[in-house]
Amino acid sequence: MAGLGDEIKERLRRWTLELGGPGMRERLEKLTPPRNEYGVDPYGFDVDYLQAASAPLLWLYRKYFRVEAHGLENVPNEGRVLLVANHSGQLPFDAAMVEVACFADKDPPRAVRALVDRWVPTLPFVSTIFARCGQIVGTPENCRRLLAADEALLVFPEGTRGLNKPFAKRYQLQGFGQGFLRLALESDAPIVPVGVVGAEEQAPALFDLKPLARLLAFPHFPVTATVLPFPMPVRYRLWFGEPMRFGGSPDDEDSVLAAKVARVKAAVAGLLARGLEERPHVFW
Amino acid sequence: MTPARDRRPSGPGTKADRARGGRDPSGDRPALADPLDGPLSPEAGEDVHAPPVEAGAALPPSVAITGIAGNLGKKLAKLLHGDTRLVGIDRRPFREKPKDVEHHQLDIRKNRLEEVFRRARVDAIAHLGLKHDPRERASEAHSFNVAGTQKLLDLAVRHRVGKVVLLSSANVYGPLPGNPNFLPEETPLLGAARFPNVRDLIEVDMYVQSFMWKHPEVETVVLRPVNIVGPTVRNAPSNYLRLEHPLTVLGFDPMVQLIHEEDVCSAIALALRPGVRGVFNVTGPGEVPLSTVLRELGRDPVPVPDFLLRALARRLFDARLSNYPPGEIDYIQYLCAVDGSRFVRETGWTPKYSLRETIRSVLPPL
Repeated sequence: MAGLGDEIKERLRRWTLELGGPGMRERLEKLTPPRNEYGVDPYGFDVDYLQAASAPLLWLYRKYFRVEAHGLENVPNEGRVLLVANHSGQLPFDAAMVEVACFADKDPPRAVRALVDRWVPTLPFVSTIFARCGQIVGTPENCRRLLAADEALLVFPEGTRGLNKPFAKRYQLQGFGQGFLRLALESDAPIVPVGVVGAEEQAPALFDLKPLARLLAFPHFPVTATVLPFPMPVRYRLWFGEPMRFGGSPDDEDSVLAAKVARVKAAVAGLLARGLEERPHVFW
Repeated sequence: MTPARDRRPSGPGTKADRARGGRDPSGDRPALADPLDGPLSPEAGEDVHAPPVEAGAALPPSVAITGIAGNLGKKLAKLLHGDTRLVGIDRRPFREKPKDVEHHQLDIRKNRLEEVFRRARVDAIAHLGLKHDPRERASEAHSFNVAGTQKLLDLAVRHRVGKVVLLSSANVYGPLPGNPNFLPEETPLLGAARFPNVRDLIEVDMYVQSFMWKHPEVETVVLRPVNIVGPTVRNAPSNYLRLEHPLTVLGFDPMVQLIHEEDVCSAIALALRPGVRGVFNVTGPGEVPLSTVLRELGRDPVPVPDFLLRALARRLFDARLSNYPPGEIDYIQYLCAVDGSRFVRETGWTPKYSLRETIRSVLPPL
């Protein structure tokens, strides 16, 4: 059993290096968070594991979604930062593609941790894979701690409202939560707006099957044209905007924060508008 | 932690020492300072204390240890022996007792307990003697743990004991799926939500916290160490790690924290010194995935899907084929890791054993 697992891991690792092209090994080495003697950081991020796990993601990135990343230089090379993106596509491939862009195409590479919903740790396998790849549950304590340690976090303020919205609402940003902005103010972290173009069309949802979602304790159960939300080979375009900095107290009233959140939302919307205008086609 | 397939080894001390690790805060805060204040994130670094325990701060002249006949109690007695006068309190006989240690074999709920305090001065109490045996009748365990602790603390006030250290556990927070990766001391104690066996410990922990407020003249410390392992302890986590084929939850691999029994003892010894006061998590040398621990020990885990495992654990426990109540499964499925930085910051304590040594400490000596 263990032998087979190691064999698969080794193959995946080789595949990652092959897909990543020259310099991939060095890039992955550079991502190293502080590790203990077992190669794991205190949050469970394991670079060796990532090397194996990123093979299918890199394949999606390079061959399937053929991702174009614009403005990667806007992501600071170091220091705390919040990447704030629109969320779509039924399954969170958008998060994976933003992260792969930051370690495979950005110079120097940067490890980005996506904040995941609190129900993810209840999912078998997914919870483990996410944790080994550096994703963490988006509690305020976790965010504060990671920002204080100068890490890069990827936030989707729309949450599952954005991820699982029906096709008719594509590219319409849903309500943004305010938590991310309070964290940015508290930690004095810049915000890099990110527009993800393409993911909306990967798995068009016809409707949300609410009773089934409740039965499975899922936030939503979108029914797509392909029944299950497998992504179609759309072409992804990622647009990274210029870093935004905000001043003020993290304890301001909601109404004061709402204005700042609206500016971030507008920045993401602007990137989306530009991306939609410039893209020649959904699939290529 | 997880249902066992075989019965736990029934060596000495199988029963009492299910204590899991915690960390103890020390610091010379003013008597009425909020024992739980301090920054949520230690790295934020607003709260910079000079380590309140001066290097030379001596142990109190006499220390009473409840539960001294347990494996951890013996370890602590061995560590403190020679540096202070020891008074043992336990219902069990204390074998291998050094000659100059005074041992009282009694139940802490009994009036005879006061004789211990009348006979000779007690300057500090290390309260380790709580029952964690899931097979014990719940009412009996509750009475022993809660009523016993209350009695002990009443006597501490009446006989002017200057220091009380409670060995609680990081398990009082509970392994919940939405837990942040590192729980600070302020986290509500929700461990009993799905694991009723931890209720007594939570009640004792909270009782001691309120005692801390009511009696600022007694320097009180609550230590919440993570899972205690070691060559002599026989608690649920260490027995789980001794299984050749431990059951695991299919698809789950939480980060776990372990602390060596000797490191817990050194934390208690530090907490006994004057100047340390408050509630502290005590973490060991770090965090690793459960699977890594099992691999390091050369175990052959048997992954079982969540729902099957819970049904199985219930049946095995009821049939007395395992001593792991089904609620323990949460501890091998979800995260219950704590932030131990406050104790380190305030006392300068560091674990002596590395991560690898701590994990391997459950193996029989070569």
